[in-house]
Amino acid sequence: MTTGTTTPASAPSADAGAGTGTGPSADAWDPGAAAARATAAILDDVRRGPERATLVDSPPGAGKSTLVVRAARELVAAGERLMIVAQTNSQVDDLVERLAADAPDVTVGRLHSKEARPSAHVLRHGNVTASTQVAELLEHDVVLSTAAKWQWVQSAGPDGGSGGGRGGSSGGVRPWRHAIVDEAYQMRSDALLAVGRLFERALFVGDPGQLDPFTMVDNERWAGLDHDPSSSAVATLLAHHPRLRPHRLPVSWRLPASAAPLVSRAFYPEVPFRSGTGPGDRRLELSAPTGGTAYDEVVETAAASGWGLLELPAGFAVRTDPEAVRATARVVRTLLDRSAVAHSERGAAPVTADRIAVGTAHRDQAAAIRAALAELGVPTEGGAAAPDAGADADSGGPEGVPAAAPGVTVDTANRLQGREYDVTVVLHPLSGRSDATAFHLEAGRLCVLTSRHRHACVVVTRAGLPELLDAHPSAEPVRLGIPATPVPDGWEANHAVLQALAAHRVRVPG
Amino acid sequence: MSLIATLARLQALDAGRAQPAATVLHRHLGDRPMVLIPLAAAGGGPDAPLAAMFGTDREEPRLLTIPQPLDRDARSAFLAELADALLPFLESAADDVEEVPGKEKDPETGEQRETVRELCRDAPQLIVPGPAAVRFLGMIGRATRFRRTEADPDPGPYPAPPRVPLLGRWLTHYRERAEVPGSSLLLPMTQLLSRHWATGQSALEDEHLGALLAWIDPPEGRTGAEAALHAETARDSWGLLLCPPAGPATDPGFDQRALAPAVARYDAAREVGDARAAAARAAEIAELLESRVLRPTWDAVWRGLDLLRTLPPAAHLPERWESDRWSYTAHRDRIRAGEAPQPIRDDAVGAARRLAQRERDQSRLEIQEALDDPLVMAARRLAGEALVGEVTAVEQAWTTGRAPKPRPLVTVRTSDRPHAEPGTRAYRPRPAEPDEAGNPGRDRAQKAEVVAADHAAGEYTLRLLDGMGRRRDPEPGSVPEPGEQVCFTLFELSVRQSAPLPEPEDTPWTHGGPPVPPAAAPEAVPAAPIPAAIPAPAAEPAEEATTR
Amino acid sequence: MNAAQSDRADHAGQASAASGRTALERRLAALRGDARPRGLDARALAALAANPGCHRRAVLDAAGVDKGEVAGRLGDRPAFGRSPFAISRGLAFERRVVADGGAVLVGLLARELGLPAPDDPPACPDLLAKEGPAVRTARTREVLGAAAANGPGGGGRDGGGWDGGGWTVLLHPMLRLDVAGSPAYLEPDAIILRPDGGWTVAEIKSFPILDGTADPEKVGAAVRQAAVYVLALRELPALPGGSADGADAARAVGAAADDRAMLVCPRDFGNEPTASLVETRRATAVTRRQLDRMTRIEQLLAELPEHAVLDPGAEPERLAASVDAVPAAYSPECLAACELAFHCRAETRSRGEVALLGRGVRGELGALRTVGEVLSATTGAEARTPDAVPPATRPAAGLSAADTSAAPDTSAAAGGPAAEAAALLARAARLRAEALASMPTRRATDAVPDATGPAPAPTGAPSGDLASADAAAAVRASADAPDAAPARAGSAADPVGTDADADAERSCR
Repeated sequence: MTTGTTTPASAPSADAGAGTGTGPSADAWDPGAAAARATAAILDDVRRGPERATLVDSPPGAGKSTLVVRAARELVAAGERLMIVAQTNSQVDDLVERLAADAPDVTVGRLHSKEARPSAHVLRHGNVTASTQVAELLEHDVVLSTAAKWQWVQSAGPDGGSGGGRGGSSGGVRPWRHAIVDEAYQMRSDALLAVGRLFERALFVGDPGQLDPFTMVDNERWAGLDHDPSSSAVATLLAHHPRLRPHRLPVSWRLPASAAPLVSRAFYPEVPFRSGTGPGDRRLELSAPTGGTAYDEVVETAAASGWGLLELPAGFAVRTDPEAVRATARVVRTLLDRSAVAHSERGAAPVTADRIAVGTAHRDQAAAIRAALAELGVPTEGGAAAPDAGADADSGGPEGVPAAAPGVTVDTANRLQGREYDVTVVLHPLSGRSDATAFHLEAGRLCVLTSRHRHACVVVTRAGLPELLDAHPSAEPVRLGIPATPVPDGWEANHAVLQALAAHRVRVPG
Repeated sequence: MSLIATLARLQALDAGRAQPAATVLHRHLGDRPMVLIPLAAAGGGPDAPLAAMFGTDREEPRLLTIPQPLDRDARSAFLAELADALLPFLESAADDVEEVPGKEKDPETGEQRETVRELCRDAPQLIVPGPAAVRFLGMIGRATRFRRTEADPDPGPYPAPPRVPLLGRWLTHYRERAEVPGSSLLLPMTQLLSRHWATGQSALEDEHLGALLAWIDPPEGRTGAEAALHAETARDSWGLLLCPPAGPATDPGFDQRALAPAVARYDAAREVGDARAAAARAAEIAELLESRVLRPTWDAVWRGLDLLRTLPPAAHLPERWESDRWSYTAHRDRIRAGEAPQPIRDDAVGAARRLAQRERDQSRLEIQEALDDPLVMAARRLAGEALVGEVTAVEQAWTTGRAPKPRPLVTVRTSDRPHAEPGTRAYRPRPAEPDEAGNPGRDRAQKAEVVAADHAAGEYTLRLLDGMGRRRDPEPGSVPEPGEQVCFTLFELSVRQSAPLPEPEDTPWTHGGPPVPPAAAPEAVPAAPIPAAIPAPAAEPAEEATTR
Repeated sequence: MNAAQSDRADHAGQASAASGRTALERRLAALRGDARPRGLDARALAALAANPGCHRRAVLDAAGVDKGEVAGRLGDRPAFGRSPFAISRGLAFERRVVADGGAVLVGLLARELGLPAPDDPPACPDLLAKEGPAVRTARTREVLGAAAANGPGGGGRDGGGWDGGGWTVLLHPMLRLDVAGSPAYLEPDAIILRPDGGWTVAEIKSFPILDGTADPEKVGAAVRQAAVYVLALRELPALPGGSADGADAARAVGAAADDRAMLVCPRDFGNEPTASLVETRRATAVTRRQLDRMTRIEQLLAELPEHAVLDPGAEPERLAASVDAVPAAYSPECLAACELAFHCRAETRSRGEVALLGRGVRGELGALRTVGEVLSATTGAEARTPDAVPPATRPAAGLSAADTSAAPDTSAAAGGPAAEAAALLARAARLRAEALASMPTRRATDAVPDATGPAPAPTGAPSGDLASADAAAAVRASADAPDAAPARAGSAADPVGTDADADAERSCR
C-alpha cells in the first residue's frame, strides 16, 4: 500500500495527538483551534496551492458542509464564480439551504433536472434561483447541481463543445475557475471524467469511511487501472496527482466523546479524529420512569454511556427477522416513552421522533420496521418515493430535505449517509445471518450506521456475531496495482465494533 | 440469488432432477452456431494451446492437436491452421448486409443528417463449454493480435503466419463481446444451461458441464445427484475420468497417466530422427486427446444445445441479437478500415464509455427478461419491485386547467407486497401497436403514480399519467377495466440515456489529461524475449487509444 | 509452495514428532498413528482461509494428517493434483529465480523499491536444508538474528543504508508458528534482508503477471500465504529456545519484517521473472485474529472419543467413525480447497441440509436448515396463506404459519423467524408455481428435436422493444463499441432522457 497517498496533510499540528485522545483532557487540546488551523490550511491551498486539486478527508460530522459553505463564501468574496457538484439531489438541496441561509449576500443558482425539482424548502430563499437551463444561472455567484446533471452541461471548448450534450444551454459554458466537489468519495471516477472539463481548480471534500461507489456490471477488465471508471473519483484523482496530500478535518462536532474514539479506531485507523465535545458536554436525560423492560435497560445504558447493544437470543433468521424487527421498534418506542431530553452545547431539547433514526442494511428490513413502528403508533419517515434502481442496497439519499420530518426516519445505510440525529437505533447488518457476505461486512455500511448520532446509538442484534465472523472465509481475491484505501477491512472493523459494544450489552431473555 | 431461484434448487434436490429456471430461452441461438472446444497445454504458459475441436456439424468435428506444446514451430503451425479454419466462418456473414437508415451528427455543422448504414443480416456464433474457454480464447487473442508477420516491414525474430494476427483480433472481439450483458456472439454452455435450469447442487458445482447435464437430464434410473457424482468422479480401469473436465485445462490425472508418457514417446522418436515413428506417436496423441477429452465434451455441448432448443425463444431476443449484429458489423468495418488491433487496456474515456454502455445493456437485459419471462417477473414481484393483480375500481379524473387531460385512478388488488408508498412511480407494460406504415411500433410503458397503498388489504391505487391520447377522454383500451389483470412495475421500463463523455483528446486534467505518448503510457510493457509469443509493442495499443 | 517443498515439509513434520513433545503433540501423534505428518503447506493454509470455522479440518490439519489419504480410504478420492507439465514449469521457473544465490531476487526487489542494484552477490547462508525442522528452524532463527544484529543492517547504518551492499537472501528458511496450540512448520520460498535492515518475504508463483495484472484468486492466495510467513517472522521472539541476545536479535527481526511481500511471477507469456510488491497488512491482521480466536485444538480433541484414530492406515470403519466424530462445516467452496470435501458433501446431503447448496442459500433460509423443513414450509404455510396476505411482519402472517409442521423450533411461535421464513417461502412457491403454469407442458428432455433441423424461429415480439426507449440509437450503441460512432451520435441525442440522477444515486450506494 502506498500510504504516502493517504497520509494526512502535515499542516495542522493538532493532528499529532488527534488519534489517541478521548476529548479535551489533561493536554490542552483545543478542538476549535485545531479545526480552525485545518480549515485555514485548506482554504489557503484552494486559493494558492501548487496542485489544481485540494482534497479533504472528513470524518463523520466534522463540519464538511460548513467547510464547503465557508470556502464558497471566501471564493465569492474574492470575486470568483464557482460551481458546486454533489452526488444526490438531497445533498444539493442541503447545501443550497445552508448557503442561502448562511450567506444571504451570495446569489445561488440551483441547476436541476425536469424530473427532480428542488424542494420548496430551498426555493423559499430570496437569493436562490432554480432552473433546468444552466444558461439562466450563469450570472449567479454559485451554481449547484448533481454530478449527473452537470454531466449534461455543454462546455465551450476551443472547438465549441467538447463532451457536448443538450442538457444545459445552446452554446457551451466557459469553464469555471473554481469548483467544489462534495461527497467526492461517493462519486464515481467516470462521473468526474464527464465534469472535469467544467472547472480549472477544485476542492474535493468527502468521507473516506462511508460506502464506496460501485457498478452492477463486471468491472474486472479495469481492475488496477488508475482510471478505473467504476472506482471512486478520489482514487483516480490521487493516482494522477501523486503529490496531492489530503488534508483532514481533525474534529467531529457531531459524534459525542463516547463515540468518536470507537468510530475513529474502527473505521479511520489511518486518519484518526477526535470529538469536539468532551465527556460531560452531552447528556441524555430520561425524564419518564422506567418500565423495567430490557428495552428500558438498553435505553438507559445508551443514555448513560452513549452506546447500547440489545442482544436477542442466538438464532438464524431471514432478513426481515420479525423478532429483531419488533425489538428495534420497541427500542424506539421506549425511547419516546421515556421522553428523553438531549442536553448539549446547543442547549436542552426533547428527543422527538424527528430526532431519531433507525438504520438497516436492506430496504425490506426498513419497510418491516416502519410497519412495526406503525403498530406501536410511532410515525415514520423515509423510504417512500425515491425513484431507485430497485436493487438491494438501493439508491442514494432520500428525496427532498427531511429536515422537519415529524416522524422517525427509517432507512438504509445508503440513504442515511450524510444525515445527523440525536439518537440512532441500528439493526445490525449481520444479525441472525448464518453467513457474512461482502455486502453485510462492508466497513462503510457499519460506519454510516454507527456514526449518525449526536448523543447515543443502540445496536440491535442476535447473539453469536463474533462466532459468525470467525467462521467467515477470508478468501477474497486481491488485485495487483489497486491503490490501497485508508478504509479498514470490514471483517476487522466489525470485530472491533462488537468488542467495544460488548461492554454495553443488554440481553433480551429468550 | 432470489428466494425463488433458491426454492427451485431445493425442489430440484427433492425431485432428483433439475427444475426450470426460465420459461423461455433468454439467449439467441442461431441455426448454425460453431461449437469450439479449446484445450490449453499445462505448463506451456497462459496462451499455450494443446488442441481444439470445432465445427458447425456435430457429426463432423474438426480436430487440431499439438504433439509437443513447448515446440514453438508446432504452436505456430497450430495457430496458422486454426486461423485458416476459423476465419472463413468468422467472416462468413460479413458481406450479407441490409441497409439501415439512420441519423448522424455532422462533425462540422453539428447538424443531424440522414445516413444509411450497413448491418450484417446475421453474425457467426461461437459456443464454448464454459467461461474458462472464453477467457482462454481471449488469452490467445491477446497473444496473437499484435504479432508481426512475414508481411511486416520489420517481421521481428518470430514472424507469425499472415492470418494469425487477424484471428487474434476476431477472438479478442468475441471475447470482449462476451462480457456484454445479454450478448450472444460467444456463449459458454455451462452459463447457458444454469441460466435456464436450477439444479440440486451449488452454483460452483454447476460449473462442471458433465454434472450440470447430469442434473438436467439424468440417465434412466439415476437421480441427478447420483449422475452428477458419477460425472465428477467415475474413472476407468486406467484411472482416467470417464467424464473429463470440459477444458481448457485437462485433468492432471490424464496429463500424468496418459499424456505425459505419450509426449515422451513422441519426443524420443523425434530425438532419434525417426519421422515415421514421430508421426505415428503424434497421431496417437491426437487420438488420445480426441477420444479421452474432446469427443466427450463435444457431445456434451451439442446435447446442451438440444436441451436449450426445447425452450421457446424470448420475445426480445431479436432486438438483443441485432445489437450483436451491430457489434459484428462494427468490428468488420474497423478491420476493413485498417484500424490497429484493440488496445491492451482501455484509456480513461474508452473505459468510461464501455462501462456506461454495459450498464445500459445490463438494465436493458433485466427489463427485457422480466417482460419476457413470468418467472423473472415473479422474482421482481417477490422482491416488492412489481405487482400483478386485478383491477377492482377505475375512477375517472382529469388535470385541472383549460385543456383537462385524463388522469384516471386505478385500484388494484394483489397478493404481492410491492415497496409502494404514495408518491412511488410505477410503470405499466403496454404492447406495441404497428404504426400507419405497418411497421412494428415501439410500445410504451404507461407511467403511473401510487396515490394510496393499503398493505394490509393488498390494495393499491395508482394514477395513470400518460399514454391515453391527447383528448379529454382516454383513448379506448388505454385504461384498464375493472376485473382486468394488470401488471405494474416499480422499476423503469426504459433504459436511461447515459451522459456524454469527452473525446479522448479532451480527457480532463483530473484524469491526467489526454492519453500520454506510448513510451510513458501505463500500458507500456517492454517486450521480453519469449519462447512462444511476441508481446504487444506498446506503441500499437496507445496509438489505437488516441486515434479513436 | 510447490510439490517439492511440501515434501520437505513432510520430512519436517516427521522429525518434529521425534523431537521434544508436549502432551498435545503426543495426543496428535497418537491420532495420526504411523502416518507421516504433513506441514502446514499452501493447501492447508488455503483450506483454513476457505473455511476457518470447520472443526474437522482444524483437527486433521493440527494432527498433520494427510487429508487426501484419509479421503481416499473413506472412498471419496479427491480430484486434486497438478499436471506434471505444470509442476516442471513451476520448478524450472523457481530454479531460474533462485539462481546464483538469490541475486535475481535481490535485483527484482531492488527495482521494486527503487534502490540501486548491488554489484556484489548477496550473502546466502546455508540453512541446513537436509536437517529436520527443529534444527532448520533453529538455524533460520540463528541466521536471522545474526544478520539483524551485526549483519548488513549494521553495515547499512554505517554506510548510510543505501551503499548498494548488505543484501542477504535466505532461501527456503524454516519458520515455526503455533496454530491453535499446535506447532506448524512453514517454509517460505525466500526471505530477503535489505540494506536498510528490513525483511521482505518473497513468494515465487508460476502463474503469470500479464500486462501488469494477475489472477485475483491466485494473488489472494499468495498474499494470505505470505501473510502467514510475515506473522511467523513477527512471532520469532516468542519462540522457545535461543540465547538472550538471540532473543533481542529475534525481536529486532520481528520488528523489521515488512508488511509488503514480494510476489515473483513469470511475466506475460514468457518465463522471465517479474515482481510485484503486495500489501499483506489486511491478510496478516485477519490471519492473526483467526489464529488467536481459533478454537483451541484441545477443546476440539475433547469432542473425539478415546479410541479415535485419524491414521489413514486404520480400517475405514473406525477411521470414518473418528472423522465424523468431529463436526464439519461444509460449504461448496471446500471442493476447491479441502481434500475431504467430497466426504463432507456426501454427509451434508445425506442429512438433507441446505448448506449443501452454499452459504448464500443457507443465509436466505434463516432458521430452516433442511430441505424437508423448507419444502414442507412452502406447502404447509401455503395452505394457510390466503391471497392478499398482510405483511409478514404482522403477527397475523406469523400465526398463519406458526402451527405448520414446517416449524423446526420454538421460534415458530407467533412471528418467529421460522414462521417468517415459512411465510416468505410460501409466497415464493406460489409465485413460482403461477409463473410455471404459463410454461409449455413438454419437459426439457422430451421431444428433443433433431439438432440438424432448424431452430424454432424467433417469434415476433408481442411487447416489441419496450426496453429501448432511446430507440435505434441505443440498439446501435449497444454494439458495445465505445469506439463505434453510433454510440456517441446516439448518446448526444434525446434531451428527454437527460436526467440521470437516479443512475448517479445508484452509483453512490
